[in-house]
Amino acid sequence: MAIFLNKDSKVIVQGMTGSTGMKHTKLMLADGTNVVGGVNPRKAGTKVDFDGTEVPVFGSVQEAIEATGADVTVIFVPEKFTKSAVDEAIDAEIPLAVVITEGIAVHDSASFWAHAVAKGNKTRIIGPNCPGLITPGQSNVGIIPGDITKPGKIGLVSKSGTLTYQMMYELRDIGFSSAVGIGGDPVIGTTHIDALAAFEADPETELIVMIGEIGGDAEERAAAYIKENVTKPVVGYVAGFTAPEGKTMGHAGAIVSGSSGTAQAKKEALEAAGVKVGKTPSETARLARELING
Amino acid sequence: MDLFEYQARDLFAKHDVPVLPGKVIDTPEAAREVAAELGGRAVVKAQVKTGGRGKAGGVKLADNPEDAVVKAGQILGMDIKGHTVHKVMLAATADIAEEYYVSFLLDRANRTFLAMASVEGGVEIEVTAVEKPEALAKIPVDALEGLTDAKAREIVEAAKFPADLHDQIINVLKKLWDVFVKEDALLVEVNPLVKTTDGVVMALDGKVSLDANAEFRHPEHAELEDAAAANPLEAKAKEKNLNYVKLDGEVGIIGNGAGLVMSTLDVVAYAGEAHKGVKPANFLDIGGGASAEVMANGLEIILGDPAVKSVFVNVFGGITACDAVANGIVQALELLKSKGEDVSKPLVVRLDGNNAAEGRRILTEANHPLVEQVETMDGAAERAAELAAR
Repeated sequence: MAIFLNKDSKVIVQGMTGSTGMKHTKLMLADGTNVVGGVNPRKAGTKVDFDGTEVPVFGSVQEAIEATGADVTVIFVPEKFTKSAVDEAIDAEIPLAVVITEGIAVHDSASFWAHAVAKGNKTRIIGPNCPGLITPGQSNVGIIPGDITKPGKIGLVSKSGTLTYQMMYELRDIGFSSAVGIGGDPVIGTTHIDALAAFEADPETELIVMIGEIGGDAEERAAAYIKENVTKPVVGYVAGFTAPEGKTMGHAGAIVSGSSGTAQAKKEALEAAGVKVGKTPSETARLARELING
Repeated sequence: MDLFEYQARDLFAKHDVPVLPGKVIDTPEAAREVAAELGGRAVVKAQVKTGGRGKAGGVKLADNPEDAVVKAGQILGMDIKGHTVHKVMLAATADIAEEYYVSFLLDRANRTFLAMASVEGGVEIEVTAVEKPEALAKIPVDALEGLTDAKAREIVEAAKFPADLHDQIINVLKKLWDVFVKEDALLVEVNPLVKTTDGVVMALDGKVSLDANAEFRHPEHAELEDAAAANPLEAKAKEKNLNYVKLDGEVGIIGNGAGLVMSTLDVVAYAGEAHKGVKPANFLDIGGGASAEVMANGLEIILGDPAVKSVFVNVFGGITACDAVANGIVQALELLKSKGEDVSKPLVVRLDGNNAAEGRRILTEANHPLVEQVETMDGAAERAAELAAR
């Protein structure tokens, strides 16, 4: 099962012919992802060779879907062009668009989100500024290293890339059904709640690990959702207890403003919803291990 | 990036939002001429990026140009909630009949924009929102549709502005929306928006926050940065494209990935509780690549911070394997030494993830006298705190 992505997913890469796109397409292919095409209007009709695998380049997302039956797109285009790339994916009604690009202006992400809503939310957006998602052993879309974990029964949803990797690695003996990096920007497509709902419905997921960080109130809303809707055990971690007010901590959305967005408030909300919250990433992994080993 | 009031006022004027004449100065003497230009009487306002300046004595009325010099002298150099006043704005006076509130901002939870408006302006809007939520109208504005005439009318009606002012306030809202969109702002707030005794609506005080990610569309925004306030280490880090925030502790931190570095700060602060209360000295995310050059740049900034007593390098090898990171650390130390930098503070390194064993072997073999390896993040934080507390 897994969520959002499986072995049958057919993936196209917007921005495949750029240096970042080339590097990560090669890694995705090496990890078994079924990459069926790239998109670049100036290189349409050509093919790119990745260690013996030839991947065709199409002029548009629509053309790529018609030719290959692709149902996932991963976007590596530079931040100036990301809005139009996501808009194109939404117009083509591809079911899943994973936006890796970081540094996107909020007016651009708010615009493509409004566009997705206006089109009836036919495209699930993950990101922007995220590492993507992986269903170990089946498919890996984005920049998550494929060899640090294995298939298993933990579902992971996280605002942070490296903390995702850290957690996947610490719990590699148990393994993961899927791990989803949703990104730390102020406007993101798929939220903690969306991933929690999907993991709750996924029979292969037995436990959910949720990683949050300062800024906004997504963790508080996720806590309220967990209390009402999630029956599976959830372990949480929140980064940013020592972050001072008014300073952006790396991610555009990671900022404490006034009394809102603090790590303490998020931790308390999660604990009140019955979530075990670790003090450090390692303690969080230990809590998950204890719960799953009963 | 949060702007000063005078910068917000300039952006408002650029987009035809009605504002009072005003000018910013940084010496008391300059107030004389500006006050004279404004007609003699002027309001002297401290330019600080914090609220509550009125209560702190940072806003004074000057009756004439000489008085303006005196008042500016009283306010310049004042400390308001830890912010030193380096500039004051002199603004023309207005006879105020009513004070209102309007703003546009991002509603993160609903992933849309939001207009807020109230007939009860001039007070802290956070207080109104909590104590009298019915007095604050909140109307979502679609990012694609923008502020249509109908939407602007919906806002003035929801906020219960007096009917005879609707057209004027709708005009102000549309101009403010221009500021919000055309300048890529995250917040545009006017508090108070006033009605003068002769019935004219204008923006008396404003707050604007701009999106740093939109700088590619606005090269001119770079000039709005407050160079005087920037920490010298932060300024140096910015020149080198490093994501660095200065904090007030003793343990220098380098890591890869914003979330992991934030988490590292927390883990070090916990460990510090048992070691004389030492704390993290900075946030520094060197990103995924972590080349020797980037590592050297990062180390240079951190070792240049006199408050730093020990350094914790916390790297999880994802796509970039740990052997490359280890080589980066060794080369960075050599590079800094060859540049004549003072490399004398102990480094605690924790490498985990891809090729961690090989990375650790490289560091062990290099056998640098200042570098110590600890296998776990929690253990390494403990050791770095212990070294900093010595």
